[in-house]
Amino acid sequence: MPWIQQLGRTGIDFVSRLGHAVVFLLHALSGAFRCLPRFDLVVQQLYSIGVLTVLIILVSGFFVGMVLGMQGYYQLVNFSAESSLGLVVALFLVRELGPVLAALLFAGRAGSALTAEIGLMKATEQLSAMEMMAVDPMKRVIGPRFVAGIIALPLLAAMMSAIGILGGYLMGHGQFGVDSGVYWSSMNEGVDLVDDVLNGIIKSIVFGFVVTWIALFEGYDAIPTSEGVSRATTRTVVTSSLAVLGGDFILTALMFGGL
Amino acid sequence: MVEVSDVQFGYDGREVFSGLNLRIPRGKVTVVMGPSGCGKSTLLSFIGGRLRPGKGSVRFDGDEVPYGAGERLYAMRRNMGMLFQSSALLTDLTVFENVAFPLREQTDLPESLIRILVLMKLELVGLRGARELLPSSLSGGMARRVALARAIVLDPAMIMYDEPFVGLDPISMGVIVKLIRELNDALGLTSIVVTHDVREGCSIADYVYLLGNGQVIGHGPPEEVMQSEQPETRQFMQGLPDGPVGYHYPAEDYLADLRGPG
Repeated sequence: MPWIQQLGRTGIDFVSRLGHAVVFLLHALSGAFRCLPRFDLVVQQLYSIGVLTVLIILVSGFFVGMVLGMQGYYQLVNFSAESSLGLVVALFLVRELGPVLAALLFAGRAGSALTAEIGLMKATEQLSAMEMMAVDPMKRVIGPRFVAGIIALPLLAAMMSAIGILGGYLMGHGQFGVDSGVYWSSMNEGVDLVDDVLNGIIKSIVFGFVVTWIALFEGYDAIPTSEGVSRATTRTVVTSSLAVLGGDFILTALMFGGL
Repeated sequence: MVEVSDVQFGYDGREVFSGLNLRIPRGKVTVVMGPSGCGKSTLLSFIGGRLRPGKGSVRFDGDEVPYGAGERLYAMRRNMGMLFQSSALLTDLTVFENVAFPLREQTDLPESLIRILVLMKLELVGLRGARELLPSSLSGGMARRVALARAIVLDPAMIMYDEPFVGLDPISMGVIVKLIRELNDALGLTSIVVTHDVREGCSIADYVYLLGNGQVIGHGPPEEVMQSEQPETRQFMQGLPDGPVGYHYPAEDYLADLRGPG
């Protein structure tokens, strides 16, 4: 029964790969702690995976905020509740869309770049050369990128939420005439620092950790050929997007669902 | 300097070494030759501690190579340099920063001293003027010279060259051949050169090992190996298309194959 064999092989491959990923994570965490004294390496990576992702985050966040403002107004006005527009936009962004969309864009922009970079470093023997120079790639290459990813995503998510709220305000106030003071004060009263903002930050830290882990592992584990690196890059985007969406469901259930 | 004793190794059901024995003498240029896929680069991976042999032992400077032993392995590697076939320069760093990389990572030397050391090594390989270039602007020969400068910047006792002549034009090849010999003699290094280029290899070798069938099939001074009558050695050294290493990949009978299954 070949399909049973195939199923078994797929299962074994999955578990084996997961095992490799966990072992890699332990090495990467060790590298991340050991690279902290050389924070300049982390700052370099913050620039390439964080700062260079800011533009796409801001543009996307602005459009998402405007759409939220529009859709929110159309629904709320039916119940004469347009005064809650600011609160609705803010909660959507801070709790969900900010962390999740920022993580998806981060996976597509920075995650794929990380995988391709590490995969090509492996294919061109740069990682082997470092090992032969008695330089641990986990400390010199992987660690700084890991730390930078975990720091960068919460900041990007915060930027996305902020610009989205601004976009919602422009639509609500500029287009539909929602009172400016009401828009901001409903947000001020309804958004809780711990329940909403802190939980959103925790989500984006978790997503930053997961996406960076997947991106670095896929690059480090890539078959060192052009096709291998290409496949690894694709896997990074697909796997981290699924992990973010699945992880968001679990985190939301834990944080807001009373599970 | 290096002793490889009774090493056995294989992967995916294929045997690469079936009892490999060789000794790399200190202060000499030892050239390891053999056809593609005979395990020459694997041998360098054993010596550098990047790959663990299935059986047997590999000793460097009297000590067993400590496979997988983090800091002890790194301590040993600080005493050996390696030139990769692809040069393996860090593509985001300039020539100067590539050569300075081991110094910055391994030492606390002040910037002024690092500058002097890097310029001295770049002068040795003739690329002091190219210090600000990025690896993408270098030719294959230049990249290999930069990698060579980087490999010797910590003054190792031994340097390993993995196929240093591949893909070079005759001038660049001549430069690399000259550098390997001169650096070995001037810096008192021990050099292991893995190559399948017979002419270039023999021109700089003090001693030659020829690998085949998972073992050493010939060794000695280059003139001696060149004149060997042993069939495998003779076929390789003289580049004969047929011999003990067959021209044809193993296949079923030719006529039967042409007739097909019908």
